[in-house]
Amino acid sequence: MEIAENILLTIATASTPLLIAALGELVVERSGVLNLGVEGMMVMGAVCGFVLTATTGSPWLGLIGAVFAAALFSLLFGFLTLSIATNQVASGLSLTLLGLGLSGLIGEKFVGIAGQKLPSLYIPGLSDIPLIGRLVFGQDPIFYISLALVVGVMWFLFRTRAGLTLRAIGDNHESAHALGIGVIRARYLAVLFGGACAGLAGAHLSLVYTPQWVENMTSGRGWIALALVVFASWRPWRVLAGAYLFGGVTIGQLHAQALGVGIPSQLLSALPYLATIAVLVIISRNRRLTLLNTPASLGRPFVPNR
Amino acid sequence: MSHVQPRVPLLEMQGIRKEFPGTLANDDVSLAILPGEIHALLGENGAGKSTLVKMIYGVLQPDAGEMRWQGSPEHVASPREARHLGIGMVFQHFSLFEALSAAENIALSLDDAPEASTIVERASRVSQEYGLPLDPLAMVGDLSVGERQRIEIVRCLLQEPSLLVLDEPTSVLTPQEAERLFETLEKLRADGRSILYISHRLEEVQRMCDRATVLRQGRVVGACDPREETAASLASMMVGKDLKPVERESVHDRGEVLFEIRHLNRPAETPFAVALRDISLQVNAGDIIGIAGVAGNGQSEFFEAVSGEVLQSEPDMVRLCGTDAGALGIGHRRALGAAFVPEERLGHGAVPSLSLSQNLLLSRHASDHAEFLGTAGWVQRARLMAKSRAVIEALDVRCGGPDPAAGTLSGGNLQKFIIGRELDRQPRVLLVNQPTWGVDAGAAAHIRQALIELARNGSAVVLISQDLDELFEVCDAMAVMHDGELSEPIPREQATLETIGLLMGGASMGSAA
Repeated sequence: MEIAENILLTIATASTPLLIAALGELVVERSGVLNLGVEGMMVMGAVCGFVLTATTGSPWLGLIGAVFAAALFSLLFGFLTLSIATNQVASGLSLTLLGLGLSGLIGEKFVGIAGQKLPSLYIPGLSDIPLIGRLVFGQDPIFYISLALVVGVMWFLFRTRAGLTLRAIGDNHESAHALGIGVIRARYLAVLFGGACAGLAGAHLSLVYTPQWVENMTSGRGWIALALVVFASWRPWRVLAGAYLFGGVTIGQLHAQALGVGIPSQLLSALPYLATIAVLVIISRNRRLTLLNTPASLGRPFVPNR
Repeated sequence: MSHVQPRVPLLEMQGIRKEFPGTLANDDVSLAILPGEIHALLGENGAGKSTLVKMIYGVLQPDAGEMRWQGSPEHVASPREARHLGIGMVFQHFSLFEALSAAENIALSLDDAPEASTIVERASRVSQEYGLPLDPLAMVGDLSVGERQRIEIVRCLLQEPSLLVLDEPTSVLTPQEAERLFETLEKLRADGRSILYISHRLEEVQRMCDRATVLRQGRVVGACDPREETAASLASMMVGKDLKPVERESVHDRGEVLFEIRHLNRPAETPFAVALRDISLQVNAGDIIGIAGVAGNGQSEFFEAVSGEVLQSEPDMVRLCGTDAGALGIGHRRALGAAFVPEERLGHGAVPSLSLSQNLLLSRHASDHAEFLGTAGWVQRARLMAKSRAVIEALDVRCGGPDPAAGTLSGGNLQKFIIGRELDRQPRVLLVNQPTWGVDAGAAAHIRQALIELARNGSAVVLISQDLDELFEVCDAMAVMHDGELSEPIPREQATLETIGLLMGGASMGSAA
């Protein structure tokens, strides 16, 4: 009973950063921009969150700081790709490299320092219900934010006019421009949102998952988030499913290794990636739906003709 | 001017100038549109019509000049401001979003952002009132070009514009669809709205428009009542010289079958593609066969299948020069003596960043290996340059420098080069898709004449075109492609605009004839 609850809790903890980062990138890509800098923005969020918490003593300030720092960092990408229309792939890759290097520099003096964990929710009575109590009522605040984000992003994209405008820009930016929609402005806002989400995901790593700073601590999660967006064919609920599947198999294989299952550990470690790819490939087999959801101007630079 | 009383113009443009890097698109253009008139803006492709209307709609800003709306000076900084004044615009290349529904597309252009259900209701009302049937919930990517245009028009009408700008609206329609559009426009004029109608089709301008302004090379060269002019006088005003008509003598000796399609089937690969269904066609040496049809009825899919960009399941589905070519790639098909000219110039017909001579090599390395490639495959630059220069001279391609990048040429000039490089080979089979789209009238006549000569010298030519005038001018027989099916070819002498139009709209052979 207690073991099952613990496993479920660790799955949620492992999945949350992926979910948040992928949701942010989903909004960015829906606007037609491909930001490969998720890993870099995430690690910037992680280091800024940790450093701010360590210096101010408040993990809440750390959390807010992480979100702002990563959003600010994403502005650099926005300026390069939107204002001066550089290649999005190259700019995104450099953002990741810059973020990994810069975070190492910022966090140099904080390696090995014991961190402070963001307090989890505790509602007397409710949080003590066996099995589901801590799962539903006793998790960290970022977990609840991540679920709210799924609902929020779905509502925004498919129920609001701003979301319709964003999808239209991602489908055809020339047409949007001809209608008088501010393509560049909307894309800046999307990139900022993506940065803020990546920052929040990074803060989850250094304030909840493992409250400490280790260089390169995102260890590829930004890339997984990017892949999730594509395999989820740009739909929020599929990102949720994909993130939890990945988290679930990651934790599952750790337990399997601990139990000494007779499968090479390298294969077990690769399992989350294989399982996620397999499942997401199967659910995106409907080519018509996939194409309808694929932002047609993804990655194409836009230069308004004035 | 005829029956229109002198009153304050709805829109007045004076001394408009717009310069793009390297070209002067509009120079000292003046134009006045009266309330309740259909005003034609005539001119060749590249005359500056689209630039001018983009400035009216606020997409572009003029470098100099003044615009007055109902007598008072206005600066239209954005399409939103234009819509606010009461200007609506239907673009030539539609500004629709394929992955969104008709209602969503309409919602995007409305500034007051009403509820989805209100949009559906208002759109249905307008579409009934003006005879523009549409399904608000249909995905735009699934609709025909005519249906898409209706969405554009309904979208404009919902804003109650007093001026509606239509950029070449009939270029994508069947004659019958165009007829329906004209009825809608007459109704709009009867409501007191003004229409700025851009076209290079003289018959429809003469039929509908109250006044016409003619542009040539960015300048106004004339203003007239089109009903008092002849098609020939309007054409010479547009082109600046009298046009030599294309000469087509009848075929004296029809040779063997050089081009043959046998029961070609091809499933649709994407939601927006058209499946080809059981297409058969035979073209003899000496003949030039036209394939008519509204865009998006399988022409591109047919072109890809025949050119070898997509291979066939059975080798004999495509036979070129007497050989089964269905399993051969593009290079092999070209080596058999076939040549292909796709519709899209940049990215399909030519690589924009490569020079003209390099583009020449790209399409001819397989068929003219010995001529352009020496031992061990070294490129013979001198020969390539000489050949490229010969093509430039033969087709009168206007370009900067001896060997510029393809992307720096204007659309029409690049098209001349692409056609020229294939004609220069004297291919035994030639398949061209929309060869004169966006090419000026003089060059178009030149290209058409060259196609006829190629056929008469013993080649089989297949011409895919949406321009019925062009097909009637050059073809010996015409087949119509509709929804992935190809009709029997109808000999030129028996074909009428009406029969072809009905077939383009999907009527069956028996009922159309």
